[in-house]
Amino acid sequence: MYVFGYRLPGLSSLLIWGLLWEIVGRAELTFFVPPLSEVLRTLVAIIGTPPFIKALSETAYAFSGGVFAAIVIGVPLGILMGRSRLLDELLLPWANMFLSAPLTALVPVLMVLFGFGMKAIIITTALFAIWIIILNSRAGVRQINRSLVEMAHSFGASPVDAFFKIYFWAALPEILGGVRIGIIRAVKGVIIGQLLISIVGFGALFELYSANFLMAHFWAVLLVLFALAFSISEFLAYLERKVAYYAAKR
Amino acid sequence: MAMSQTKRVLTPVENTPTEIAVSARNITKNYGAVEALKDLTLEFPRGQLTSLLGPSGCGKTTLLKIIAGLLKTTSGEVEVNGKAVTGPGPNRAFVFQDFALLPWATVLRNVAFGLELRGVARSEREARAEKYIKDVGLAGFEQSYPHELSGGMRQRVGLARALSVDAQVLLMDEPFSAVDEQTRRKFQEDLLSLVQNENKTFIFVTHSIEEAVYVSDQIAILLPRPSRVSEVIRPSGFRNKGIDNIRRDPEYLDIVDNIWASLRSYVE
Repeated sequence: MYVFGYRLPGLSSLLIWGLLWEIVGRAELTFFVPPLSEVLRTLVAIIGTPPFIKALSETAYAFSGGVFAAIVIGVPLGILMGRSRLLDELLLPWANMFLSAPLTALVPVLMVLFGFGMKAIIITTALFAIWIIILNSRAGVRQINRSLVEMAHSFGASPVDAFFKIYFWAALPEILGGVRIGIIRAVKGVIIGQLLISIVGFGALFELYSANFLMAHFWAVLLVLFALAFSISEFLAYLERKVAYYAAKR
Repeated sequence: MAMSQTKRVLTPVENTPTEIAVSARNITKNYGAVEALKDLTLEFPRGQLTSLLGPSGCGKTTLLKIIAGLLKTTSGEVEVNGKAVTGPGPNRAFVFQDFALLPWATVLRNVAFGLELRGVARSEREARAEKYIKDVGLAGFEQSYPHELSGGMRQRVGLARALSVDAQVLLMDEPFSAVDEQTRRKFQEDLLSLVQNENKTFIFVTHSIEEAVYVSDQIAILLPRPSRVSEVIRPSGFRNKGIDNIRRDPEYLDIVDNIWASLRSYVE
């Protein structure tokens, strides 16, 4: 964006919103919104404290476990669904249903099935992320240029070669898009899991701060979480752009 | 109309018996209730270029893919060097109409991809790929990606890939239809010298009558629904007069006219 002929760096609109936040906070309109400067001071104060580190590592553990499972199961399953009519008929209705289902309502069922611990949180996270990963991988495989497949076949590619040298790469732009959206959903999943199943990690911090009306602390943790989710998503968007040059020309 | 479809062979088959590299015998191919090919028999002499020519939907590409082993016949069989075809094999290489290049791989890897799938070691396959990249006139583009090349250059990559596996039979599915007219003419001239210099059997699908007559030692005219070979034409007079004289040779012009006369009624 240009203002008076000067090119503004990306995200500079955040300054305006930050300023607005500061003004609302200083005006003391509501205890719910402390000034941004106070939130940032709190952030610096609590970052590095043992409870914060513990919350971060617990959340990171559940999050990465869930995302890892969602990718490792979701991508191959989506590719197989894109290739096998039978598997597609069997699983597609479920994938579509769970994609739009209010998964939060399922969390109590997961608690009954898998207990009140980390396992249930990881499964919740994976469940939030996996459906879009499956559907995107499937869509990626289904739009592969038929002659690429015939080419591999005509030069004698084994099924394993075809899978790793053709299908995976041809579907990669869609797969990365699915993983990126899946990860954003996983952030939601991991926090919901930590709030509903067992009060650990950032979920526990949220619970603690909001119960004690420590609003600056509450916002500080929320900012950290937003920043983490945003960075991961941007990193994947960067990877997506790296393969975009062939996404339109397959 | 009916008169023009008489099965007249324009020139008698040469006296020297040529060895047959590929033969298709009594090929029938059905897609459900649709008969794409019916009892088609055709022989392809070694070291020569045979065109499959016909109106769209006449099953030329189907026949080519059957020879490639990419499609199964409903009945009948294809033999390459006396051995029945059961699937793709190293004695045949395919050149695709839409090039079928890996968009995520460099020209070098694309050309070497056929060898890569056959398990040739990296250094060896890249050395061979480099040679063929130079042969098709793409030296200096080894590290380029397909989207950085023009249509004609992409098809040169496809051709280099097919040549690098050193198959005896080259199957070309309308290889020049997606490139512009001038590039196509250059390709046709290059193809003629390729047929002369490489001792390979070429099977070439096209819908262009002029192209077929220009490049072919033998032209098989296929008529549709269900397809069968209606006639086989072997131009003989103008092949040795030099590439610049072909297009004004009376025999060339006669063959083009005759083929159009027999195909005209099949074109919607």
